[in-house]
Amino acid sequence: MPETIGFLKPRQAVLDRRREIVADLADLLPEGGLVSDERGLKPFETDAFIAYRRMPLAVVLPETTEQVAAVLKYCSRYGIPIVPRGAGTSLSGGAIPQEDAIVVGLSKMSRILDIDLFNRTATVQAGVTNLNISDAVSADGFFYAPDPSSQLACTIGGNIGMNSGGAHCLKYGVTTNNLLGVKMVLFDGTVIELGGKALDAPGYDLLGLVCGSEGQLGIVTEATVRLIAKPEGARPVLFGFASSESGGSCVADIIGSGIIPVAIEFMDKPAIEICEAFAQAGYPLDVEALLIVEVEGSEAEMDATLAGIIEIARRHGVMTIKESQSALEAALIWKGRKSAFGATGRIADYICMDGTVPLSQLSHVLRRTGEIVAGYGLRVANVFHAGDGNMHPLILYNINDPEEAARAEAAGNDILKLCVEAGGCLTGEHGVGIEKRDLMLYQYSRADLGQQMAARAAFDPQWLMNPSKVFPLEGRPAA
Amino acid sequence: MQTNFSPEQLADPHVAESETILRKCVHCGFCTATCPTYVVLGDELDSPRGRIYLIKDMLENGRAADSETVTHIDRCLSCLSCLTTCPSGVDYMHLVDHARAHIEKTYKRPFKDRLARSVIAATLPYPSRFRLALGAAGLARPLAGLLKRVPFLRTFGVMLDLAPSALPASRGAKPAVYAAKGTPRARVALLTGCAQPVLRPEINDAVIRLLTGQGVEVVVSAGEGCCGALVHHMGRDEEALKAARHNIDVWLKAAEEDGLDAIIITASGCGTTIKDYGHMLRLDPAYAEKAARVSALAKDVTEYIATLDLPEQGARNLTVAYHSACSMQHGQKITSAPKQLLKRAGFSVREPAEGHLCCGSAGTYNILQPEISAKLKARKVRNIEATKAEVIATGNIGCITQIAGGTEIPILHTVELLDWAYGGPKPAGL
Repeated sequence: MPETIGFLKPRQAVLDRRREIVADLADLLPEGGLVSDERGLKPFETDAFIAYRRMPLAVVLPETTEQVAAVLKYCSRYGIPIVPRGAGTSLSGGAIPQEDAIVVGLSKMSRILDIDLFNRTATVQAGVTNLNISDAVSADGFFYAPDPSSQLACTIGGNIGMNSGGAHCLKYGVTTNNLLGVKMVLFDGTVIELGGKALDAPGYDLLGLVCGSEGQLGIVTEATVRLIAKPEGARPVLFGFASSESGGSCVADIIGSGIIPVAIEFMDKPAIEICEAFAQAGYPLDVEALLIVEVEGSEAEMDATLAGIIEIARRHGVMTIKESQSALEAALIWKGRKSAFGATGRIADYICMDGTVPLSQLSHVLRRTGEIVAGYGLRVANVFHAGDGNMHPLILYNINDPEEAARAEAAGNDILKLCVEAGGCLTGEHGVGIEKRDLMLYQYSRADLGQQMAARAAFDPQWLMNPSKVFPLEGRPAA
Repeated sequence: MQTNFSPEQLADPHVAESETILRKCVHCGFCTATCPTYVVLGDELDSPRGRIYLIKDMLENGRAADSETVTHIDRCLSCLSCLTTCPSGVDYMHLVDHARAHIEKTYKRPFKDRLARSVIAATLPYPSRFRLALGAAGLARPLAGLLKRVPFLRTFGVMLDLAPSALPASRGAKPAVYAAKGTPRARVALLTGCAQPVLRPEINDAVIRLLTGQGVEVVVSAGEGCCGALVHHMGRDEEALKAARHNIDVWLKAAEEDGLDAIIITASGCGTTIKDYGHMLRLDPAYAEKAARVSALAKDVTEYIATLDLPEQGARNLTVAYHSACSMQHGQKITSAPKQLLKRAGFSVREPAEGHLCCGSAGTYNILQPEISAKLKARKVRNIEATKAEVIATGNIGCITQIAGGTEIPILHTVELLDWAYGGPKPAGL
């Protein structure tokens, strides 16, 4: 595919010193903590945004904060770029390296350090997976709320980098609303701590700034997160509609009426078929659009909330309503939904969009998305967090066909612009990465972006941290 | 995922198949989370996604295998946990099979590795040789510590460690037709196996007693050999296919004589391979159809017993931790049947945490990768012991040997407990 998204030109001085750098890094890390062999580096050339690939100079897999600090201190001294990597599940290319960069992979830092049920917090290393946190406290009746669909694999460090969301964030908020503190390493190896176990900390809310900074302000090595008590009960209910528009307008009316279920997820027909093929969750196959609405609480609470939702759904001509009858059925419903992106691989390659729009615009944007993709001669599957207006059109294409790949990318850009025009934004939870970087000027004024870049430079004056991401390559201040 | 193969490369049916498999992968990374070696080592190169990428790069470039790639493919347990997790349906099993065969063809291992692998391939699949080797191992055991200190002989030290201290006197079920009690309802062949009858002959005895007692005639065919799984996982394709063809001939002869309703397999590791005979021999015009027939007849013993609808038994005051072998749950996707059979037979069944993770046995893995294997064993035993069960049940001889080496809790084949519940003798060790 002809690449339309560029990377920074590699620093020749760094490339020239490759052997020396690798030898020096080997001294800073334990055995098995450095990948420098060309064959071994290859699998690190991309993440889940597979259309773009760049080989790194080396990959380090530290086991402690001190080792991360030593590597960053060394790299800042020699002006070597750093690309942090959690589980490499980014859909926006957030973990794609570049030829002169050292990838700092946190996958060996996967220990849970402290569980404090009395204060309802967990402190974990950054490489712990999102789901491992919930698993560790599940038997005690708690969970960690933000649940990206990739929660099985993605790390808490990556979640903080992208301020990740998930199906259940409609009620519980995204990562930033559930993060209490971090230990992080700055570009020069300085280790700082932000926040703590309390809900707010004195002084500037730097924690808020760090959450969603895409690995450009430092590398988080430990995080303290909120734990939430599990509800008495939870019940996902399937609502099938004859059209995407009626499903979309139903969502807007549910939220507009003041009802906040735990989750409202949307799938259109192609997405339903894909997910059913993998999970056999019992999704209705005779509808054009499906909402998974989860209610929780006591039986009486769930019944009452559900009655209100059903009444609204009827007004939008709901065709089928199916309540999950067992814990197993509920688990399958979520398994299907959360595997949607990967399961799409059964039928095609895809680019996953991540625009967010006001709910009043949901139906309009859904319709226009279909028209845009069809205009490029491609197919689309929609599966997303409808309650938040966080849309994920999956543009289906054949990655082995360069011309088709170029059309898919162009369609994606048009969809993201559409989201901005509708009063929304480019990214709900996947981050800007490289994917949406060049559209940032469509979202922000030069002054808006300038202030963000100034904040970034305050943390990393040399622009060494994940440098090709987030901000358009032109118009950056001189480092 | 994007692939880059020339039409000439794709003319090779093995490469063409791998290309189709690779095209399904979308690099989502879900598989990393449930891969035992990634969980233990924390390096993407030791995860399915990393290995898929290494294999893709090697095959696309038509390159001989290199030591880096071999290291990470060798560390793969072939537990197939990734196959269960993958939402896109990437057929990792056949991709890694191809990679292993490619490695075997194009890579020259260091002499000590070649020696160890040849010794394994020449011993384990042959019960008489294996028995002899274990006898010798009993005598040589005091040397284990010494051998492990000599890098060149380390693998042999590990083998001595793994060998049981005493062998059962019984030689296990002889080739014969074991008549059904009462009116025969079905006729099945039983694969008695290679390592299993040497280590635990009671398992086949229990199967024959249980099945004949339920009106099933059991044929143990003369001349049946190793299923070929062991050499197949070492990339020794020709040897594996030879073993497969041999067994296919033996079983189809039994089928032609008096008909066969199923081929019963008591080690799930073998079951996964026999169920794959149809695929392994798909390119062999003389055997493709026969192999597919055998694969269709192949049933794990618990999978088959579940079809017999055994009566519910009264509750026994015994808690059983059920350990699902990887080849059972991931390879053959048999997940609930063994547990339901045990419950129906009156046992109280407990499921250990992290049940999807391998115990580290994985065929010859505990010999060839002792460090990772030991870590997985310790983790598995910790999870099993946390259930506070009185006995462990599983359906694979490899897991039985591996887990028995790490815990005092007795471990049995599921079918030994079922046989006891339906009138057989109380299993030894309980």
